[in-house]
Amino acid sequence: MRPQLIFAIVFAMLVGLSFVTGQIDPYYYTVIIFIGINITMATSLNLINGFTGQFSLGHAGFMGVGAYVSAIVSTYLTTHGMAAAGTSGDLVLFVALILGGLAAALTGLAVGIPSLRLKGDYLAIVTLGFNEIIRVIIQNVDFKIAGTSYVGGARGFAVPQLASFLWVFGIALVTIYFVENLINSTYGRGFLAVRDDEVAAEAMGVNTTGFKVRAFVIGAFFAGIGGGLFAHFIQYITPDNFTFLKSIEIVVMVILGGMGSTYGVILAAIILTILPEALREFSEYRMIIYSLMLIVLMISRPQGLFGAMTPGKLFRKSKSSPQKV
Amino acid sequence: MGELLQQLVNGISLGAIYALIALGYTMIYGVLRFINFAHGDVFMVGAFAGYFVANAISHVLPIGSVGATVVVFISAMAICAALGATIEYLAYRPLRTRPKLTVLITAIGVSLFLEYLSQLLFGATPRGFPEIISNEPFIKTKLVTVNIVGAVVIITSLVLMYALRIVVMKTKIGTAMRAVSFSQQAASLMGINISKVITFTFMTGSALAAAGGVLYGASYPSIDPLMGILPGLKAFVAAVLGGIGNIPGAALGAFIIGIVESFIGGTFLSTYRDAIVFAILIGILIFKPSGILGRNEVEKV
Repeated sequence: MRPQLIFAIVFAMLVGLSFVTGQIDPYYYTVIIFIGINITMATSLNLINGFTGQFSLGHAGFMGVGAYVSAIVSTYLTTHGMAAAGTSGDLVLFVALILGGLAAALTGLAVGIPSLRLKGDYLAIVTLGFNEIIRVIIQNVDFKIAGTSYVGGARGFAVPQLASFLWVFGIALVTIYFVENLINSTYGRGFLAVRDDEVAAEAMGVNTTGFKVRAFVIGAFFAGIGGGLFAHFIQYITPDNFTFLKSIEIVVMVILGGMGSTYGVILAAIILTILPEALREFSEYRMIIYSLMLIVLMISRPQGLFGAMTPGKLFRKSKSSPQKV
Repeated sequence: MGELLQQLVNGISLGAIYALIALGYTMIYGVLRFINFAHGDVFMVGAFAGYFVANAISHVLPIGSVGATVVVFISAMAICAALGATIEYLAYRPLRTRPKLTVLITAIGVSLFLEYLSQLLFGATPRGFPEIISNEPFIKTKLVTVNIVGAVVIITSLVLMYALRIVVMKTKIGTAMRAVSFSQQAASLMGINISKVITFTFMTGSALAAAGGVLYGASYPSIDPLMGILPGLKAFVAAVLGGIGNIPGAALGAFIIGIVESFIGGTFLSTYRDAIVFAILIGILIFKPSGILGRNEVEKV
């Protein structure tokens, strides 16, 4: 089936589903929304970590930039301008998300360029450092425009509720569609080439630097939008929502799902959002289970639980192929 | 002037603790070429080991006596040496031939595991560390005060660093360590037991981190399961600043980071302290990735 067709069908289903979300118990509704946001976050991180092979531990930083910038925009618009003129919340959210995503993309550019000379563990630590720098900066920003408080430093920032089921899953769908199409295009093979063998890719004329920066910028853009949705759903954000532990949580989704497997990562995002809720009474064991899972997985199955599976391959008899990480 | 001098003293004492952690990072990087993310958490376990040992022996050797302090140090170091060897054996050894990224992810896993297992076992609330080293002033002038604990921190870490230097430069296992860090393959062809050297490196590095943990507990009297994260990261920055894989470099970098952090803490930028340390890391990696004392490595295809 053509991807456009799948996209259209899934989108139609989402629109249909969005009519019944009002009947869902608020608790389950929250979990469902978080699934959607986590899918966006994990799919966009997968572009950087999985497809381009640049191990980033700073995704929550981009998410934070997107969350705060979009929250500033929407708060400004709802208190000052458009809402008063009778414009709908959806338009406000759209503008806010786009600006939040662009701000995060700009941050991605700022992180990507200096990080290009680094590989593997160094890159991981530097992105983690950027994550912390972003968090510390947010913690120290606090300003007022015409009596309304913005950002609020460590206290937190109240955000209007605008994100709905359709928004969250629509964005998740767009992210998946964009990343999948990008990777499967002729152009997108460059990302995989950088991951598989940087030196060989360079020798074949692939602009490895350019691809790495693009991966960071695109990944950060969608992470920023995901952050914006997060802010406009939970309505109250603090810098502590975006520590590097959050980054690690997203990284775990990507690794568990299998780096470079969009479907695996989506599945992992769903499982890892539901699992902690289902195991709420064992919540103190959650991180212990996560960490043991990481260790055991790396030793026994480094390609992740779902490896390079696609829905098609699940039902076909698998041919044994050499395994790579 | 007096305030600046005081900041300098505090910075050196903080740097001495960072140095003990940074040495472990740099030694492990030297032999295995990978960043042991869990090293900061070994430091935390060291502090907790010190805490429990000090309380357990308090009715035999009162807290604050020299005997008790020595016992606390030795047992914390021994516990962490065993822990380091166990981590290496269970988590890193099966991955020795795998890609670096796999090992890095495992290290993150080990780090989280230690943090949250400790949180489960010891609780998340910070605990007061027993005053095993007195907080009385040791030198007190008009300009500057050095507490006994500050002096002990600096002296202990200098002694341990000197001991490490002797081990690395003068003993057989130290020579083997240097050989392995130079070329693992060649060392193994010369009959060096690589696994033994790696285990020994982990044990030494972890024991030093444990000593750092106890000193940290003694000078900043509260410990909690997540206390290892930031000192661990800062010690890593120190190791990179000095040139990772280079032992004197790690110590030098640690003192620089400690002093810089202490000075920043006294200015209007104090809330940005952690961010500035990371900015230093990014700066070094961009402009001089080999660090102050490190040597350049050429990438071969």
